[in-house]
Amino acid sequence: MFRFVAIRTLQAIPVLLIIATMTFFMVHAAPGGPFSKERKVTPEVLRNLEAQYGLDKPLLTQYGNFLWKAVHGDLGPSFKYANRTVSELIGDSFPVSAELGFWAMLIALAIGLPAGILAALKPNSWLDYLPMSVAMLGICIPTFVLGPILALTFGIRLEWFDASGWFSWRDRVLPAITLGFFTAAYIARLTRGGMLDVMNQDFIRTARAKGASEVRVLFYHALRGGLLPVISYLGPAIAAEITGSFVVETIFNVPGLGRYFILSAFNRDYTMVLGTVLFYASIIILLNLVVDVLQVLLNPRLRFD
Amino acid sequence: MVIEPESEEPGSSLWSDARHRLFKNKLAVFGGITVLLIGLVCLLGPLVISYRESDQNLQIAGQAPSAAHWMGTDNLGRDLFVRVLKGGQISMLVGLCATAVSLTIGVLYGTISGYFGGKLDAVMMRFVEIMYAMPFAIFVVLLMVFFGKNFVLLFVAIGAVEWLTMARIIRGQVLSLRQQEFIEAAIALGLPKHRIIFRHLIPNVMGTVIVYATLTIPSVMLLEGVLSFLGLGIQPPRSSWGVLIQEGATAIEEYPWQLLFPAIFFSLTLFSLNFFGDGLRDALDPRASKD
Amino acid sequence: MPLLDVRHLTTAFHTRAGIVRAVNDVSFTLEKGETLGLVGESGSGKSVACYSLMGLVPQPPGRIESGTALFDGLDLLHNDPTRLRSIRGKRISMIFQEPMTSLNPYLRIGDQLIEPLLIHEKIDRKTAVARGIAALEEVGIQDAAKRMKSYPHEFSGGMRQRVVIAMALITQPEILIADEPTTALDVTIQAQILELIRSLQKSKGMAVIFVTHDLGIVSNFCDRVLVMYAGRVVETGAVRDIFYQPQHPYNRALQKSIPALQPKGKELYTIPGAPPSLTQLPPGCPFAPRCEFVVEKCRETPVPLLETRPGHSSACLRVQQGELQLS
Repeated sequence: MFRFVAIRTLQAIPVLLIIATMTFFMVHAAPGGPFSKERKVTPEVLRNLEAQYGLDKPLLTQYGNFLWKAVHGDLGPSFKYANRTVSELIGDSFPVSAELGFWAMLIALAIGLPAGILAALKPNSWLDYLPMSVAMLGICIPTFVLGPILALTFGIRLEWFDASGWFSWRDRVLPAITLGFFTAAYIARLTRGGMLDVMNQDFIRTARAKGASEVRVLFYHALRGGLLPVISYLGPAIAAEITGSFVVETIFNVPGLGRYFILSAFNRDYTMVLGTVLFYASIIILLNLVVDVLQVLLNPRLRFD
Repeated sequence: MVIEPESEEPGSSLWSDARHRLFKNKLAVFGGITVLLIGLVCLLGPLVISYRESDQNLQIAGQAPSAAHWMGTDNLGRDLFVRVLKGGQISMLVGLCATAVSLTIGVLYGTISGYFGGKLDAVMMRFVEIMYAMPFAIFVVLLMVFFGKNFVLLFVAIGAVEWLTMARIIRGQVLSLRQQEFIEAAIALGLPKHRIIFRHLIPNVMGTVIVYATLTIPSVMLLEGVLSFLGLGIQPPRSSWGVLIQEGATAIEEYPWQLLFPAIFFSLTLFSLNFFGDGLRDALDPRASKD
Repeated sequence: MPLLDVRHLTTAFHTRAGIVRAVNDVSFTLEKGETLGLVGESGSGKSVACYSLMGLVPQPPGRIESGTALFDGLDLLHNDPTRLRSIRGKRISMIFQEPMTSLNPYLRIGDQLIEPLLIHEKIDRKTAVARGIAALEEVGIQDAAKRMKSYPHEFSGGMRQRVVIAMALITQPEILIADEPTTALDVTIQAQILELIRSLQKSKGMAVIFVTHDLGIVSNFCDRVLVMYAGRVVETGAVRDIFYQPQHPYNRALQKSIPALQPKGKELYTIPGAPPSLTQLPPGCPFAPRCEFVVEKCRETPVPLLETRPGHSSACLRVQQGELQLS
């Protein structure tokens, strides 16, 4: 297991390098620079600014500097937010995104798993059709439709929750539901599929022949295998909820990393964009690793490969 | 000497079987018909309606749905119905084109990787794995921000994201096809590689391709929607459902129908496409029909 | 009183093509310590009959339409599920055909093995584990204590079937239902497993219902035989009588098509045609379309199972009427 984790960690290095390189050259190939929007800047000031941030050096030198610093954990200063480093900005805003992602995931699991299991227990009954139709709705109603509708109904009209900002628990509810709904729907479908698959297998018949109760068959025999598809989806799902939250953060005015990222892309804040992409990629790789380890732990057949 | 595998004979029974199964699946038929209807209405509707997308009339701005304007008007007094239909044309066009891009890349990549196998396959699949680790939504956003909100770039960017899964699935199919006698026979006969690939392999994975194309279209449309919602996708004066939903979302307090109508069209299309795609998958590949 | 008394068991499946009576009016008894062979081609209903007794027929689409199966004064076919569960896996156990898939791949061998004990007997885990190890040793698995911690994929097919047998016998059941337990195994391992079941049966005095399509196994393993065709019992009797005094053309045809039972050099017999589709059974004898002795009256009305010799019954009209001598 240790070897497995070590190898996977080493493999992550070239991946991160490729991502860093691609992003770096993409950002620098783009027309327009970080200071091109500030009209009052005289050519002289512009040159000073560029010199200050090292933008006057040859591209390859910049690339080398960027890599060298990134390896040492220094993602550089932000171009837009004076006197703030990229690391500080990420450190401030990521916990917000992470908390939002956590609540969303909690909602998704709390709804998706039971719904999927129930549907699989009574396939082709209303216990199956009802949750699965809702799940299909969940997959087809995009967050950017659900968000405004929830905000209007429960935030503005009913005033149960707040539809903007990030101060108290009242702010958390609506964005978390908006973000978690799709995942809940997807988890429900995966759970149903996985459970149906397992419940049709011979070893379930064996368990019944032993006199095991249906509850025991379900939770002791079927759940492990039935949840494998869900587990392998969890990595991408968590990653998507943390990195893909920019729509929800925009709708509900949440000061998370996603919103910062969009803003910094619009502002050509090179260092911030690069730093965020690298940070996101690391998180995705880390989550995929965690999910793989989980899978191996749950599925003994994978252990000896 | 012509030794082509009989793609007509066993093929036709496969396809008619599949058609039979598909028609039995009421949800799938419903989905297919709904998508066709929405497509037709979006295509033909604007020709019939007397308003044009660009007709502005501030005197009737922000009206609720009425006999004259079935879906009401927006804040510039444009007829929402015709805008929704026009937007639908664009959304569907993006869906189709970007799917075509991702299909082309995915099918070629997967076929080559699966057909040649060995080291090439290992390297190509490793690359796909690396690509999976990329924060893709973010890359599309970056592309759109930096390189202008260009219509063609939109297809390419989305297509470049969506081809990975397709490549993986096709590779798996090709790997198992390679084991079958008719491909081995074609290889033994010394048919040129491109001929084997294009005449024998690709036609045999068409079923899978069609299924995943149907399922890719909705996810592509969703991505286009996200980009347009963020102001990075389709740009005015053109509009798509994503753009309309974004406009509707900002005006939701005063004119909720401006969000509702495009949202209904958008979600209904995704809903139907997903049901149709699921049905197609069940029909063409009964083994994979579990979820 | 017999240990198990099955009467008029009929199990049907509702399919798109219509109602399929996979088991049709089957009656038999099982005595204590006896081995009953259930013989027939695939699709003859022998497995479904066993599943019906175990309450393992998926409902829907399956349905037990009629019949009783008395075990110790209790009807196995109509009773409340909790009551039946307390018998299943405790007093009646079953082993299945597919050793590769009938163990749960996600659970340790030991946990699966002692599960019947934990379900049915009030004992602590430690005692159960000790009994599990003893059970593994009994079926000839080396290093049993260590193997308890293994997973099924670390075992070969033969080893897994040994585990399955140990699991079925760990509660000392009175009846063991073995559904083609050796079909999926290599021939050498087949013999080992059969020998194992036989010796365990002797030492524990349990009754066995042995489902197979292999007449060779039947001939040296069973006391009595039930020959099934298209969901019905066509012949039943003591194993010697079945082989030496066949009373039904189907039984005779089956034996003629087995190489080991025929003189060397003689051409093997094949039964013409295929088993009938269960949705469109002929009105008369189901075997009539393939029978070499068929006459017109065979096709007209269903033929009941009647005793034609002492302790030996047949569902052949012509044998019953004394027109046909098959031995």
